[in-house]
Amino acid sequence: MKTILYIIQKEFKQIFRNKGMLPIIFVLPIIQLVILSNAATFEVQHIKFGYIDHDHTSTSRALVERFNASTYFDVLTDFPSEALANSAMLKGDVDVIVEIPHYFERDLQKEKRTNVGVTINAIDGAAAGVENVYLTQIVQRFNQQVKVNLLQASDLQVQPIQIETIPLFWYNETLNYKTFMVPGILVLLVTMITLFLSGMNIVREKEIGTLEQINVTPIKKSQFIIGKLFPFWVIGMGLLTIGLILARVVFNVPMVGSLVLMYFYTSIYILVVLGIGLFISNFTETQQQAMFIAWFFMVIFILMSGLFTPIESMPKWAQLLTEFNPIKYFVEVMRMVMLKGSSFMDILPQLLKTLLYAVVMNGLAVWSYKKTT
Amino acid sequence: MSTNKVIQVDGLTKMFGDFTAVNAITFDVKKGEIFGFLGANGAGKTTAMKMLIGISNPTSGKANVAGFDVFTNAEDIKKNIGYMSQKFALYDDLTVKENITFFGGIYGLSRSKIKEKSNALIEDLGLETVANQLVGSLPLGWKQKISFSVALLHDPKIVFLDEPTGGVDPITRRQFWEMIYKAANQGTTVFVTTHYMDEAEYCDRVSIMVNGKIEALDTPKNLKTQFKAANMNDVFLKLARG
Repeated sequence: MKTILYIIQKEFKQIFRNKGMLPIIFVLPIIQLVILSNAATFEVQHIKFGYIDHDHTSTSRALVERFNASTYFDVLTDFPSEALANSAMLKGDVDVIVEIPHYFERDLQKEKRTNVGVTINAIDGAAAGVENVYLTQIVQRFNQQVKVNLLQASDLQVQPIQIETIPLFWYNETLNYKTFMVPGILVLLVTMITLFLSGMNIVREKEIGTLEQINVTPIKKSQFIIGKLFPFWVIGMGLLTIGLILARVVFNVPMVGSLVLMYFYTSIYILVVLGIGLFISNFTETQQQAMFIAWFFMVIFILMSGLFTPIESMPKWAQLLTEFNPIKYFVEVMRMVMLKGSSFMDILPQLLKTLLYAVVMNGLAVWSYKKTT
Repeated sequence: MSTNKVIQVDGLTKMFGDFTAVNAITFDVKKGEIFGFLGANGAGKTTAMKMLIGISNPTSGKANVAGFDVFTNAEDIKKNIGYMSQKFALYDDLTVKENITFFGGIYGLSRSKIKEKSNALIEDLGLETVANQLVGSLPLGWKQKISFSVALLHDPKIVFLDEPTGGVDPITRRQFWEMIYKAANQGTTVFVTTHYMDEAEYCDRVSIMVNGKIEALDTPKNLKTQFKAANMNDVFLKLARG
């Protein structure tokens, strides 16, 4: 026990003496949290909207006016021809083109139906999907208005029964993306910093030759590893604290659930990350190698965490893979506890899996650390 | 008889794949002896030493260090030996005192013992003015002396020195050897590798390794007679050239 304290003391001294690392540990995460949380949103705004109006009637103008009134669309130009509109899209001057056909107004009144052509730049498929939804909503609302007008014009028309859905968004009533993103990005920061620090730390001692010196001492493997990792565990918990405060103060993200539960889960979660870091550093010879491998895992973990793309939309095999992604569990727990106020029993499945993960990873790490080669 | 021998090595071998780095070496080292372990670069000195200090598993053979078997009791050996590697291995970003405290703590010395040792060491080496400076800022010669003292901190039975004077000036080398003598006089066995043949002359006995084998082992005086050489340098050249 005393031996462990000597190592912890040494590690903290080295961490706080390293003027290059300190800002990386504490300042960069804060900047990232602030920037990413503001930037990472799925809302698409300022869609560059162009249209080709072949009809030139009050009805066609009313439709365009609908888009004009929307905050999502910036109505740009009335293109005189399809060719011009297409070349504008090619140049990237316009994202969405709506083509209103000849006899739009007449068909609406006589045939009760007509079509509008819609072209969406779908290089970014996700954005295109969102744009399509916005557009459809606007057209639908326009439709209803037209129907009402038609009804007034001729009472012969029997109005079909309308079914309207009124969604209630629970746990994030206003669909505020920051509320959704901040907990997730906080997870990434805690994970990244602790993984990189622990992954590079022991490898660094290998590089400078001090690890050999340590291996010649009678120190026990477990003592050395606990002493080495504990400081990073503390730093991870510190980052969580900073992040939670920022979430509350800067982003106004509610903390519905129990803080104690949040800290309890995180304390176990960080063990998983530290285990992975240590495992990496056991199999690498230089900090560079460790960094590359850590990045490799980090990127996979992030993209498959359900933070940016819902796990439900992944193919079956990918969904299975995410079961091995610690970040996934942390993101889930963080969102559940912060936004839903989930209790201990609610997060028990995640907690148990994380605990198992921690035991396995640290077991592997201790096993693969060899004092004698 | 055997109590007097603190290192007993019999047919110790280390293979890396097909390559035999250390080929069945056999020798003894007596208590309090200064044992010079010589050989050209790549002769297998460091590999052999790493097996003796318990950080490299031997492929075959027998070795007993400080009364413990290197195969089964490597961790017990570590309690009884000190080691100073080729590569400077104190922490550059800790002060002299902090390094001493850390390594003292790792070896399980008590706080008061560490304090006492630390003060004595600093006084012996005349480091009072730099005791609270980062080790990284000190000249190499000083670092090596501190390194050696730290290796002796827990009063080991044997201290292993791997090219301890590489790259330091002649005056510092001289001082360093004075420290080695002092340790030997106090009963510590010194196992030292070196490339400086004048240093080989200071040893009680010297072994010379060539291509993984020990080709010669005796006192410097006897070796010179045996190889009809004027100094250890000639002995070494005759052997190493084969």
